[in-house]
Amino acid sequence: MIEIKDIHKTFGENDVLRGISASFQPGKNNLIIGGSGSGKTTLLKCIVGLHEPTKGDVFFAGENFTDMNFEQRVPIRTHIGMLFQNSALFDSMTVEENIMFPLNLFTKKTQAEKLERANFCLERVNLEGKNKLYPAELSGGMKKRVGIARAISMQPKYLFVDEPNSGLDPKTSILIDDLINELTEEYQMTTVIVTHDMNSVMGIGEHIIFLHNGEKWWEGSNKEIAKTDNKELNDFVFASKFMQAAKSKL
Amino acid sequence: MFHSLGKYLLLLRLSFRKPEKFSVYWAEVMREMVSIGIGSLGIIAIISLFIGAATTIQVAFQLSSPLVSMSIAGKIARDSTILEFSPTISALVLAGRVGSSIASQIGTMRVTEQIDALEIMGVNAPGYLISPKIIASMTMIPLLVIVSITLGLTGGYLACVFSGDITPGDYIAGVRDGFDGLTVQVALVKAIVFGFLISSICAYQGFYTSGGALEVGQSSTKGVVYSCVMILFADLVITRIML
Repeated sequence: MIEIKDIHKTFGENDVLRGISASFQPGKNNLIIGGSGSGKTTLLKCIVGLHEPTKGDVFFAGENFTDMNFEQRVPIRTHIGMLFQNSALFDSMTVEENIMFPLNLFTKKTQAEKLERANFCLERVNLEGKNKLYPAELSGGMKKRVGIARAISMQPKYLFVDEPNSGLDPKTSILIDDLINELTEEYQMTTVIVTHDMNSVMGIGEHIIFLHNGEKWWEGSNKEIAKTDNKELNDFVFASKFMQAAKSKL
Repeated sequence: MFHSLGKYLLLLRLSFRKPEKFSVYWAEVMREMVSIGIGSLGIIAIISLFIGAATTIQVAFQLSSPLVSMSIAGKIARDSTILEFSPTISALVLAGRVGSSIASQIGTMRVTEQIDALEIMGVNAPGYLISPKIIASMTMIPLLVIVSITLGLTGGYLACVFSGDITPGDYIAGVRDGFDGLTVQVALVKAIVFGFLISSICAYQGFYTSGGALEVGQSSTKGVVYSCVMILFADLVITRIML
């Protein structure tokens, strides 16, 4: 379980996050949603330690991650997998080398075992046989899937996903969502997804946090979202005519 | 300025923290050595041959007096090549070739979140990305300078053969006359220091890039400019101390 308590983040004069507290349960898709500039990605970066919160604490399985130094964080980080918005695959490495990279650094597996694990992860994301391709040779959806394969290569307990659907067509978006959903259930990972894709929200949003102007404005599930009378959330979720029509049928 | 210097020193300290796995870092050092050493051999060979030849012809032209032995031209060309042209001109060229590549490579990794990906995995990103480049530069640039000295002197010889300004015999006699090993030591010390400056300054510029493609280009340019200035400054300091 991941718990965040009273997270504040300030850049210069700009208060990006203001006192956000929440807990994210294992085996669930936890979505952080909100408009552009609401602080979603900053919150995600504070949780994983890419940004240090100005105030507040992040706990991984009860251990205060914020108080730890770089070396103390390493054992927790080896349980973290992350899929970045633009996949962040290492350009100079093949697909296989990307997936094997954390295994090379943090495990004592033999080359054959690492290769077996890489092949398993590639099969799991339906990319078997693409081992020797470089990231530049992959489509956007394939890059995301390689990113997921790399993220799960160490069998993480925590999976963080930043905008998994950005730049993807609707069909590929749904495939990626389904894949994340399956993996979360299969490995009982605590998955935290930052998104503003409404298909994801309605499809896999078991636990949703809505951020508005750097504050937690609403918390609930996709089942509750249609019934809420929270104005900002309604404006955000049901901004399009299609979503308004869908809401009226619910 | 002091803020930047502090950040630079802190980055260097992080770069030389204990590696997560020595074998992975070693492989990276070897890869960088090939990239910097073998990759720069062509340009170093070309500039060294031409500078050696041009230096010899110019020195011969300036010494065109019946009172001065023409073998002096070989001696002056040798010392100029060993002490200044090979280490300093090579380093300036390498700042453009190797330095810009380091800054843009690390800068691109920064803006495409590849460095974030390393940090999330628990990898010491400065250590993994910067220390192999510094070690490879400090190893390969002295070797390139030795190659450059050899080819510079060869270029001088070829200039004698083809131009006829000095006889090859006079040139060889001058090159051999009063050779002091200290000049080679000075050249190697310069090369090691220049290797460190090029790789660390350009890596620093790349590592703290923020923004997009435009900023990556700016970091690369800054890295090369600052490296060149520091190379010239270090050249003066080392020359003053060692000679």
